[in-house]
Amino acid sequence: MFLRRRRRDAESSLVRPAAAIVPRDGVTSRALLMVIAIMTFVAALIVGAVGLVRETATQWRTDMVREVTIQVRPVEGRDIAAEIGKAIEIARSTRGVLNARSLTREETSRLLEPWLGSGLDLNELPLPRLIAVRLAQNVDPDFDSLRAALKKDAAGATLDDHRTWSARLAAVSDAIVIAGFAVLGLVLVATMLSVSFATRGAVATNRAIVEVLHFIGAHDSFVAGTFQRHFLAVGLKGGLIGGGAAALLFAVTGIVPGVLSWMPGGDEAAFLTGQFALDRQGYLGIAGIVVLVALVTTLASRITVRWTLREIE
Amino acid sequence: MVRFENVGLRYGIGPEVLRDVSFEIGPQSFQFLTGPSGAGKTSLLRLLFLSLRPTRGLITLFGNDVLRLGPDDIAALRRRIGIVFQDFRLLDHLTTYENVALPLRVQGRDERSYRAEVIELLHWVGLGDRLHVLPPVLSGGEKQRAAIARALISRPEFLLADEPTGNVDPPLARRLLRLFVELHRSGTAVVLATHDAALMDQHDARRLVLAEGRLHEER
Repeated sequence: MFLRRRRRDAESSLVRPAAAIVPRDGVTSRALLMVIAIMTFVAALIVGAVGLVRETATQWRTDMVREVTIQVRPVEGRDIAAEIGKAIEIARSTRGVLNARSLTREETSRLLEPWLGSGLDLNELPLPRLIAVRLAQNVDPDFDSLRAALKKDAAGATLDDHRTWSARLAAVSDAIVIAGFAVLGLVLVATMLSVSFATRGAVATNRAIVEVLHFIGAHDSFVAGTFQRHFLAVGLKGGLIGGGAAALLFAVTGIVPGVLSWMPGGDEAAFLTGQFALDRQGYLGIAGIVVLVALVTTLASRITVRWTLREIE
Repeated sequence: MVRFENVGLRYGIGPEVLRDVSFEIGPQSFQFLTGPSGAGKTSLLRLLFLSLRPTRGLITLFGNDVLRLGPDDIAALRRRIGIVFQDFRLLDHLTTYENVALPLRVQGRDERSYRAEVIELLHWVGLGDRLHVLPPVLSGGEKQRAAIARALISRPEFLLADEPTGNVDPPLARRLLRLFVELHRSGTAVVLATHDAALMDQHDARRLVLAEGRLHEER
């Protein structure tokens, strides 16, 4: 009796950790792993690129709204220099304005050089003159009253607050973000469809196992779980490969311009390759895509298994 | 436990393979289901383990009308029924031990809680030294016994066996029959489908005979 118990105990300790009910080889293939990796790579590139565009656009807009321009057109019978002086006075007395200065003749001629050539005598032409107005940070300047005061007291002076440019830039950057998310949505749908096809194939291949599980009283959720586990693993693995490759690409393109600038002609090359350095948020976005792809893969396989089981039943 | 009333079954638009079948199976009863090949034994068994639904008539199983059962109710009822398939249906990538433990694993039980129980049962069916072997390596008789052990492990109230002695030699067939009889004595209702008259002669029990889709009883 004692010997028998000892033998059973010995046998019990020999039992291997339970093998997967549905073997991995019969469920997921290398091709699916590659599809998921590529999809994640594309999705991560989109997220990174959209992040870069947003960041750059925000930077430009911030720079742009920190400075406005007053244009003074020559008016017959008025001394333009006096009008410029008045406009500067008005601007300086406006809330939120840090400084206002008229562009010198040299600066104005340099601005016009590409169109009118060098050696230009501005006194001979009735050209408008510009006043650069620098704004204080975190104070909302009262453009309406500035505009009204200029109209009233400085002849020929108008305010250009770059609002049109800023609005256009915002529209372009928003359009790029929306397009990015739309493409991201398509990539995720394509991933779901690929996983769905693969799942249908996996259930068909393992139909005998599914039937046995049903006959011994397994609920559909249990059967779905046995497949889902494999797809979660392949989703995570594919996601990590694709997301890792995208992160690596951004890291390398972020370093390259810096490296190139040390070489002869490097600045030009760096200008061509652009600055693709992602910030921490960008890398977090890529990590988010990896998790999202794994979840989408799992969800798609679960829904497909349950549909397929209903068909089998 | 099981009640068939004027049950008819047809596949698609084909002829009826079962016609006006009516019978009852009580708890702790033992019956052979017999008849020539093609008489509808397997179809009747499939109705009994809810793999098919009748095209007409009424089947009640553990007090439930089978036509009103949802997928979760079917799964719950199947846990009270043990099935031994003619072709065993063991999973080739799982060891004998894992195959037999599968119904308990499906129920979500912890492996440590049933390990000793499964090993004990495998010893009882004579597979104590084949625990870690994969089914392709097992002989026909060993596969049969593993399939029987899998059907018994969750202590079903009702056991269905389709030709469980079809692939074994007469001495082993007798041993397996003794196993089913022993199980019946311990309180399980058994339906044993066979066309082996010699086997049925070894145990005095009710015989449900199927011929051309109709059922009659012999004693």
